Amino acid sequence: MTGAEMVVKALEGNGVTTIFGYPGAANCPILDKLPDSAIKHILVRNEQGAAHMASGYARVTKRPGVCTATSGPGATNLITGIATAYMDSVPMIAITGQVVSGLLGRDAFQEVDITGATHPFTKHNYLIRDGLEIPRVIDEAFYIASTGRPGPVLIDIPMDLLKAAYDYPEGKKEPIVIRGYKPIGMGKAHEMQVKKVAEAIKVSQKPVILAGGGIVLSDATKELREFVSKTGIPVVTTMTGVGTIEGGSNLCYGMIGSHGIKSANMTLNHSDLVIILGSRLGDRSVANAAGLEKRTKLIHIDIDPAEIGKNIFPDIPVVGDIKDVLTQLMPLLSDYHTPAEWKEYVDRIRSDWTFEEETEDSGFVNPRYFVKRLSEKTGSDAYVSTEVGQNQIWVANNYKFTDPRHFITSAGFGTMGYGLPAAIGASVASGETVIAVMGDGSFQMDLAELGTMCQWDIPVKLIVLENHRLGMVHEHQFINYKSNYYAVSLEGSPDFCKLAEAYGIPSMKINENSEIDKGIDALLADKNSFMLVVEVDPFEQTGGALNSHHLPKGVE
Amino acid sequence: MESKYILSVLVEDNSGVLSKVVGLFSRRGFNIHSLAVGVTNIEGVSRITIEVIGDELTVEQISKQLNKLIDVIKIKVSRSDELVKRGLLLVKVKISPKNRTEVIQIADIFRANIVDVSQSTVTAELTGGDSKLNAFLEMLAPYGIEETAMTGMIALERGTNVLKA
Repeated sequence: MTGAEMVVKALEGNGVTTIFGYPGAANCPILDKLPDSAIKHILVRNEQGAAHMASGYARVTKRPGVCTATSGPGATNLITGIATAYMDSVPMIAITGQVVSGLLGRDAFQEVDITGATHPFTKHNYLIRDGLEIPRVIDEAFYIASTGRPGPVLIDIPMDLLKAAYDYPEGKKEPIVIRGYKPIGMGKAHEMQVKKVAEAIKVSQKPVILAGGGIVLSDATKELREFVSKTGIPVVTTMTGVGTIEGGSNLCYGMIGSHGIKSANMTLNHSDLVIILGSRLGDRSVANAAGLEKRTKLIHIDIDPAEIGKNIFPDIPVVGDIKDVLTQLMPLLSDYHTPAEWKEYVDRIRSDWTFEEETEDSGFVNPRYFVKRLSEKTGSDAYVSTEVGQNQIWVANNYKFTDPRHFITSAGFGTMGYGLPAAIGASVASGETVIAVMGDGSFQMDLAELGTMCQWDIPVKLIVLENHRLGMVHEHQFINYKSNYYAVSLEGSPDFCKLAEAYGIPSMKINENSEIDKGIDALLADKNSFMLVVEVDPFEQTGGALNSHHLPKGVE
Repeated sequence: MESKYILSVLVEDNSGVLSKVVGLFSRRGFNIHSLAVGVTNIEGVSRITIEVIGDELTVEQISKQLNKLIDVIKIKVSRSDELVKRGLLLVKVKISPKNRTEVIQIADIFRANIVDVSQSTVTAELTGGDSKLNAFLEMLAPYGIEETAMTGMIALERGTNVLKA
């Protein structure tokens, strides 16, 4: 068996049906063997797109997405996608071809030290030195990527090892023994700690749950919802926690953080106990962790021990799989009910800070109202990807996700150019039409992937919120740089409807709130791809943080 | 409060492991005070001994981050004074026929070995904790130190405790 055949067999053995990739000399030996396999290779337009597609795919299927690229620039183009996956703990396998072993370290054509480059943002990586290692390494990589706190694993394979033939018995399976890797989550959490959590909740007058992406990774959405429906504890979320509690639920108090909603931040800050579930409390979620430590009691539950005490020092740390911890916790709190006074208080904050959206015609579409209508018209149940910027915040705050795995966004790394390829990956994974909400800036970062979409007939509903600016930076310059707008104009952009036409995608442009329903109806008319261009006021803001300057029009 | 800690790290003897371990320190803004690497009595396992200066919480965070590396098998964090610590120093000192015996006498007091002699230099070897090594260098300084080479500290816990892979 050749090294390349071993790669393909090992991928099949790990249940891989689709890989996203781009060919070059160094990974050609693998591609050469793919026609003999049931694995489908989706040719992308830039390796970065392949990594993002694998990422979108993994978010939907919960299994590692696989991408492949050649050595050198192919490998470095994957980097942004790998780092994006790492920051959101997305399982991914990246396979790169490398120059032949004998030329390693000699600056050969298209050589780069990709294991060295990606080490800081992969969960683990391998440079294969002996072809016989290939099956074991690939099995290990899948195991590492998908267990414990998931993450991307890169495997770099020199071309000569892919081409060489080895005496390796077909179907041989080696046991996975990694003595330095014992993922948590294979058993119950520490009982004493869980008991302490229960005691702290019982005496709390103003508890709040901070739901993070760890809940999604642990597949504990059901347990969370059961837990809050029994205890009545209000829930605020981080961006990756959006949808863990249904957006429309009475106990959902919204997303916190610099781009969350003000009432969510106030709920968090006025509590006397925060139960942090699977969140690293990044600086965009909690800007002043020390302040929160002083104000309230903190319980931090996370599968990664290194998260405890990294950004915040909890009073009660629990290392464990959230699903296990919540299951263990529930019977201990069977007669606990959140004090009515606290509930009334947070309800009041929420209603005080909820405003009617402007729906009058003004030459622009109100993006919040647009996303609300999109949410209503899709039953809040569609797969929605976003880019990074204002479009992302409007979706996170206004689409009432019923399933957290339906919200596909680059939260931790904040990668522009993620939304379109991630939507393609999510669509391949789910077999469903995915909605990609994009700004006109971020869309142009990876718009070449429209070609991938069309080539492979992958249905994506494209929504371009067009404000002719890099909206988020524009907003930043408005607030923090005395309106010194610089390098944010997108003059020179194409007519997006004509661009869609060039790809054979039907499209429509809307300019007024009164056209929203017509536009969304056209978008959702059938299962096929469609582009809806939405004209948005460049002075629209995302605001909502505790100290936000932005208030809806008419509010002082 | 900052103090000196020693991290004894057992790792898989794979290529690139050292750079992964060291890279983690620089990436997260932690400073390495001294570093020593060598094979162990266990096949396929190397031991990295890292001296760091920091507060307890920072050192705990480093240790947790190191634990996340797949190639790291085990870590033990110790306060510097809980261990038997040794480093090796080689020092080349300038001499003249007049003061050669003086230098050799100082070496004798420190129980250092003279490993090489020339017309104008003496090279001595000394093992010990850093205070001993530094004291030796201080005594030799007036004669003119031409060159030094020092290993990082290696360390084992006192008593019966053993770090097992």
